[in-house]
Amino acid sequence: MKYMMFVCTDSEPEMVAEDHIDQWVAENDALGRRLQGSELAPTTAATTVRVRDGRLLVSDGPFAETKEVIVGFDLLECADLDEAIEVARAHPMARRGRLELRPLVGSEQ
Amino acid sequence: MRSAAAESDVTAEPAGAAGLAGSTGSTGSTGSTGSTGSDITADAAVAEAGVGAYPRIVAALIRVTSDWTLAEDCAQEALALAVQRWPEEGLPANPGGWLMTVARNRAIDTMRRASVERRKLRDLAVLASVAADASTAADAFALAEAGDEVVDDRLRLIFTCCHPALALEARVALTLRTICAVPTGDIARAFLVSESTMTRRLTRAKTRIADAGIPYRVPSGPALAERLPGVLSVLYLLFTHGYNADGEPAFAEEAIRLARLLGHLMPEQSEVSALLALFLFQHSRRDARRDPDGNLLTLGEQDRSRWDHAAIAEGLRVLAGTEPDGPYALQARIAACHATAATADAVDWPTIARCYDELARTQPTPVVELNRAVAHGYAHGPAAGLALLARARASGALDGYPLAIAAEADLTARHGDHARAAGLFRQAAAAVRSKAERRALLVRAEECSGGR
Repeated sequence: MKYMMFVCTDSEPEMVAEDHIDQWVAENDALGRRLQGSELAPTTAATTVRVRDGRLLVSDGPFAETKEVIVGFDLLECADLDEAIEVARAHPMARRGRLELRPLVGSEQ
Repeated sequence: MRSAAAESDVTAEPAGAAGLAGSTGSTGSTGSTGSTGSDITADAAVAEAGVGAYPRIVAALIRVTSDWTLAEDCAQEALALAVQRWPEEGLPANPGGWLMTVARNRAIDTMRRASVERRKLRDLAVLASVAADASTAADAFALAEAGDEVVDDRLRLIFTCCHPALALEARVALTLRTICAVPTGDIARAFLVSESTMTRRLTRAKTRIADAGIPYRVPSGPALAERLPGVLSVLYLLFTHGYNADGEPAFAEEAIRLARLLGHLMPEQSEVSALLALFLFQHSRRDARRDPDGNLLTLGEQDRSRWDHAAIAEGLRVLAGTEPDGPYALQARIAACHATAATADAVDWPTIARCYDELARTQPTPVVELNRAVAHGYAHGPAAGLALLARARASGALDGYPLAIAAEADLTARHGDHARAAGLFRQAAAAVRSKAERRALLVRAEECSGGR
């Protein structure tokens, strides 16, 4: 299955040296479990698009009016949720923010 | 598995056995033709075979088809057909195998119509031979020794139903429905929701298993140690649902049945046995816990001759084989101290207090701290108990918690301040939800007001 893993934090994170995200990326790229991913530009660069009653509503800022923001994403290829959880728990941001796993529809084997 | 003396209580029986027969929708034996003996026997046989066979059938069909609803429907249809056929044709030599074969054939028909890939159909075909070998008895434990593959299926089902990616309530409901075959209406009543709400919840949980990619697998290695406590806490919650004053008594029986099954399937896991021992001790008091009016009795007030001493003996045997310091083992040791005391005054409170000290070290939850205070109150005097209780309440987590108020009331009464104790008992009574518990607390308040 393919899982979109959103990397979320309560606020824009400050990277610290022991986070080793590069190492996590390299490991999971090598294992073929990380298909793609990126850090995202700050939420000040975000644009939210909605259509309500046929009207287009474009607003600045992230789609959720919460303190929590998505700061990055990784597209994973895992056998099942347990494997995806194992991959996510090894990501440094699991300790300082949180990771949300969302299967891609139609990616079941 | 229901022949054990500890489970002879008829009122606590129906969720499994009768529930299975009832939920097939067949009421043939109560029909207008007049119930003959053979009808009743066939119904009983279906119920008995069903209790053992149902989770195995559902588990095996889920493994092969990945379709939870199909698996449940086919298992139910097999039971319905048994109720219809067995009175006419006589009991098959191998009721469990008969049910598995019928359910499997239904699944094959359905999947052929849906033109499922050949691999799943082939796996279904293999299922029949496994079933015929394994299902020679209705007793699940005889089967547990018969074939690893069948055993694994049920274990897989338990671990999947109790997966942490499901909401806790969904785990309990799914376990009851899928493994214990408890009718959805009974589960809904226990959760205080309508049957249609519970049906939707169960459907959502099953959909989520497929959509989120929750695997149908028993975790291995370090993952097993991480996941087993979650499974045990579902069983514990299930038991509590049955054991609580207003609970569904049959759920306690189901929890015991599952703990036995799990203990049989994972004999090397000490905490599983410890949990079973804990259940057995608690459940041994089921006939003595209330007076004739339904009021809850404290341990001290209960008639100990009405405790199920066979269950206590079994609990002690099971407990003897466990590692002593696991959280459930500690709780079971505490329960054993109560269960083996000849009178309320003979309870070994110092040992109980030590067990709570250990529990509080590894699980410093407010409730553990509360019970620790109570234990020390008996072991070392009410002043010691009140001091620990004050510490336990410092965080504010126990504010308004009726049992904490009741504990303070009891310690205060024994410390000699009856007027204050009476007020606290009334406060606890106002906070408690169950009517039986409220009555018991108001009686204590009256006693204190009387200056006792």
